Amino acid sequence: MNAFLYANAWLIITVVKVALLLFIVLTVNAYLTWFERKVVAHIQSRWGPHRVGPHGLLQPMADGLKFLFKEDPTPAGVDRFVYFLAPLLALALALTSIAIIPFGPDPLPWKILGQTIYLGILPPNVNIGILALFAITALGVYGVALAGWSSNSKYPLLGGLRSSAQMISYELALTLSVVGVLLIAGSFNLTEIINDQTSKYGILGWNIFPQFLGFICFFIAAVAETNRVPFDLPEAESELVAGFHTEYASFKFAMFFIAEYTSMITVSCLCAILFFGGWLSPFPAAWTWTYYLPTVLLLPAGLWVFWDGLHYETIFGKVILPGIGAVMCILAIALALFPGVNNYIQAPFWLLSKIFVFLFVYVWMRGTLPRLRYDQLMAFGWKMLLPVSIANVVITSFAILRWGAIK
Amino acid sequence: MTAPLIIFFVLAALAVGGALSLIFQKHPIHSALSLIVVMVALAGLYLLLGAEFVAAVQIIVYGGAIMVLFVFVIMLLNAGIEEHTNFSKLAGFPGLLLAFALTGFIAATIARSTDTVQAAAQPGNMASTKDLSTMIFKDFVYPFELTSFLILVAVLGAIVLAQREKA
Repeated sequence: MNAFLYANAWLIITVVKVALLLFIVLTVNAYLTWFERKVVAHIQSRWGPHRVGPHGLLQPMADGLKFLFKEDPTPAGVDRFVYFLAPLLALALALTSIAIIPFGPDPLPWKILGQTIYLGILPPNVNIGILALFAITALGVYGVALAGWSSNSKYPLLGGLRSSAQMISYELALTLSVVGVLLIAGSFNLTEIINDQTSKYGILGWNIFPQFLGFICFFIAAVAETNRVPFDLPEAESELVAGFHTEYASFKFAMFFIAEYTSMITVSCLCAILFFGGWLSPFPAAWTWTYYLPTVLLLPAGLWVFWDGLHYETIFGKVILPGIGAVMCILAIALALFPGVNNYIQAPFWLLSKIFVFLFVYVWMRGTLPRLRYDQLMAFGWKMLLPVSIANVVITSFAILRWGAIK
Repeated sequence: MTAPLIIFFVLAALAVGGALSLIFQKHPIHSALSLIVVMVALAGLYLLLGAEFVAAVQIIVYGGAIMVLFVFVIMLLNAGIEEHTNFSKLAGFPGLLLAFALTGFIAATIARSTDTVQAAAQPGNMASTKDLSTMIFKDFVYPFELTSFLILVAVLGAIVLAQREKA
């Protein structure tokens, strides 16, 4: 048994990593819906979900159960194979793209089954990181387009057509806007792109400063690629009912939903990695006191959750929230007692914080921006975004030729 | 059977199956989907040979851009089930003959070659992106630019053909 474990160590560890990452991503997805509803509600002066559990925290579970137990009718006249394939394709591709993201530079301090464990599914020396991501995004169109086509209904068909036109148009700008970063880093490897942004002055080394134009283009194009507000024309409810997923119900609808939120997470990861230094701290390396930031943030957060939980009358509120708060406090105290651990959690802490900020920006945009008209969308993509990202490539290449690489 | 060999056979079967399905499917969308399977399986084969960049570009360009346009146009025209005509004998007979001749030629070439057939890349034999770009933009820059010029001419031609007569 032991020999078998060691002989197939790499395979077993990869499978475990994939399962773990899937669990984390799906949980984060569920709570992202809660987060989005809560933030949009507060932007619009409402409370958002607050009945199911304290602060509506159990709402995602209720929603998930509802999706599972809803009736799942198949409309008449659909192309059955493609109709069932489309949500599967959308979800599988969205989840695959997460596998390429590296979540930390250092392997775990101990070896498991004789293998060094890196944070992330792929080993850090895979050279096509960003290209593989673009390849998966390029295929992502099919989920939406095929769903629209196979439903045998006019609204989904129009939604699918819009979405394929939009994704083809914005994919060009998306890819071109990253070229500047690739030129500076001289690599397709995501780990190398992050390491290239290391600098003595912390935040000043990040790509956002030399590549501000690139970042703006990238973020706009990425939002359009993920079909989010203000580019959510494929599912514009005032024109197309629900666009490409009108004829989908129950868990097949949920699969599109999860795919959309997963792509949001991927894009946030990419923004953080390409332009905001990935897991690098924004503070100069000399400021070692910033290593205690996670501890300092965790303790008050834990205390607040503990105190907040005592105000609820339900068992969940009275027992579980204070329990979570207590665990957070204990973790913070443990971190304070063993400061050596701080070295290992810095990188994931900063990466996750940046990802969270971008997810918030996504939700913020949804809460505040109106949807573009279709002709405006196309004109903006082709006449504005594409020329600007090409100009960015030209300027960056010229600067690198003239003054050499920036670092 | 080593792991790369198994992966090779799976991908090869996918590619051949996809190609056959492309021909025999009745509906244009199903044919387009089969072609995507072929493209992705080919990308997998490139990856197996250590050509990471070519594999990624294969998916981005063929699987993503070109096939999306195919699917888009089929959807836009809402093409129905294909109508089959009876095969013309003239096309059928020489076509079959040519197919057999080509298969025989390839089989003979493979049979005569003395190198051992390898399913996967050998260590140290990886095609780096840098080498590839040096080759395209330095050694073969003129053919490369000429090709892009050819494509530009084709694009312009399409625009001219599609443009309506100005009254």
